[in-house]
Amino acid sequence: MVAATAVAAAGVVLVAGLELGGYDAGAALGALWSGAFGSGYALLSATLVRAIPLTVIGLGFALAFRGGALNIGAEGQFYAGAIAATAVGVHAAAWPPAVAVSMVLLVSAAAGALWIALPVLLKVRYGVFEAISTLLLNFVAVSLVSYMVTGPLRERSGIYPQSDPLAAAARLPLLPGSRLHLGALLAIGIAVVLWVVMRKTLWGFQLKALGLSPRAALVTGGVGADRMLASALLWSGALAGLAGGLEVSGVSYALFQDLSPGYGFTAIAVALLARLHPGWIVLSGILFGALEAGAGAMQRDAGVPAVAVYVVEAVVIVTILVVDALFRRRQIVRGIQAGRVTA
Amino acid sequence: MDPLPVVSGFLAAAVRVATPLLWAATGETITERSGVINLGVEGAMLAGALGAAVGASGGGVWVGTGVALAAGLLVGVAFALVAVTAQADQIISGTAVTLGAIGLTGVIYREYFGTAGAGLSLPTLPPLRIPILAEVPLLGPALFAQPILTYAAIGIVPIVWLLVYRTRWGLVLRAVGESREAARVAGVHVGAVRFAATVAGSGLAGLGGASLVLAQVGTFAEQMTAGRGFVAIAIVVLGRWHPFGVMLAALLFGAANASQYLFQAMSLDVPYQVFLMLPYFLTIVALAGVVGQVRAPAELGK
Repeated sequence: MVAATAVAAAGVVLVAGLELGGYDAGAALGALWSGAFGSGYALLSATLVRAIPLTVIGLGFALAFRGGALNIGAEGQFYAGAIAATAVGVHAAAWPPAVAVSMVLLVSAAAGALWIALPVLLKVRYGVFEAISTLLLNFVAVSLVSYMVTGPLRERSGIYPQSDPLAAAARLPLLPGSRLHLGALLAIGIAVVLWVVMRKTLWGFQLKALGLSPRAALVTGGVGADRMLASALLWSGALAGLAGGLEVSGVSYALFQDLSPGYGFTAIAVALLARLHPGWIVLSGILFGALEAGAGAMQRDAGVPAVAVYVVEAVVIVTILVVDALFRRRQIVRGIQAGRVTA
Repeated sequence: MDPLPVVSGFLAAAVRVATPLLWAATGETITERSGVINLGVEGAMLAGALGAAVGASGGGVWVGTGVALAAGLLVGVAFALVAVTAQADQIISGTAVTLGAIGLTGVIYREYFGTAGAGLSLPTLPPLRIPILAEVPLLGPALFAQPILTYAAIGIVPIVWLLVYRTRWGLVLRAVGESREAARVAGVHVGAVRFAATVAGSGLAGLGGASLVLAQVGTFAEQMTAGRGFVAIAIVVLGRWHPFGVMLAALLFGAANASQYLFQAMSLDVPYQVFLMLPYFLTIVALAGVVGQVRAPAELGK
């Protein structure tokens, strides 16, 4: 219900914005649609390819947020993963493909976890708010990529600020006739695993309890709040790093600046729209993947700047937040009236 | 090599870089004192930067400054409606507002100035030399030959201090930030105070965007604030939510950023990206270092 409201609000804002901006809204939306779903190529090679990092990062954001922790630094973890994947992938020519691909993905996830390790440590040790520290590390990661592609990882010919291409063995297999890579299956697999973890395990139950009421979780004992949050955040970072590895080994085959068109932030909208539910995150990831894919077509064919999708994303997030907040307050008020909640 | 002009240039650069941060951080200090943490300050700065560019290209630097202020206020209202009026999660609201501001400024920039690549050249605020004082060795150029928005940024710090610590309004502001419940019982309209503090803070962040465009860079580029608004939030923590502390912290950041000129002058072979990373690391370390010793407003983020 809330999600539907948010999508509707975003649609209204998009159409109103297009009309206000003097664009042909029909043509723009037509371009958006055909760029996202108009053909087999658009669906498989544009929309779904973009949905993969959004889904994987969104799952990680949701995991941490279930426990009440905010990982706003997925963009940085994504780049950390991409750097690690590139560093390994360019040297993997002699390895068997299965080994090369596994190594690339493993080191990218490890790098993502490493990138969030400092904020986690600071949170546990000194109570530093993880939203700020993870956010700040995004900018460090962007500079690190800039350094890597002009320094240690620069292509041997030294012409462009980018890395050498990954060895063929380190590239993910593609669905024949498309650019859709194996990461799609991996994303779905991770969603299933997370669903099971959240639904069927004690750890998942405790994490949710912690997110709903830190004090209650503390009082009831048995829940090591710090340890739970630390591991949820580390997994969240690992998933964002993995998304970076998937992007390098499945899509770009090289490292360069601006590899991510803000996936780390869009993924927050993905997770919130899905109400943090793993299954819905896959669908919501596809929706936002379509938006990103369609935005390119909209800019090309209807002259609407692609950055407009950020506005749409912002509207989705804000609508969900506001509807949720209003609903929550009504519930509390009703609770007080019924004498169930004492403030 | 004569070290004097190098050091003097370094100090001047430090103050120049610190100015936009000081505006935004001073604004955010007011906001956070009411218990609201506004990650939309980055968006407010960016909107201010674009507003300055649009205004200055049409009507000169002062129109630009005015439009920047208005743009900052507007972003503040958007954030306050979500985070204060509707009481949604402040961190996520702020992220969303910044995201929206990145999108909107991008669209408006392309609409107004044409598609990317065009090097936009805007009228800028010239340095205002204060006679005699500007000739003082070392400190003269840094403190007394700056654009007027820099003087204003420094001048507003004691004003904010007076407001926060020496007026009834400031008492109410701090009361709301420390205990909403107590303030409410005392008859304070908590929402109104938070709304006002948030919008005012965003307005100052808008002026920070103006000083970035009109006093430092002289042009606009998409996402040109590049996280300065987020750095401002860290500066507030480092400055312990106190206007004078925040000013010192902003200068420290300016110095860290300007140190790249110093190192270049000493021809040290250090990649320039290291200097770009330095302030962020400094912030994170500072967050860890000070949190143990100082207490944030008790209601911050709630």
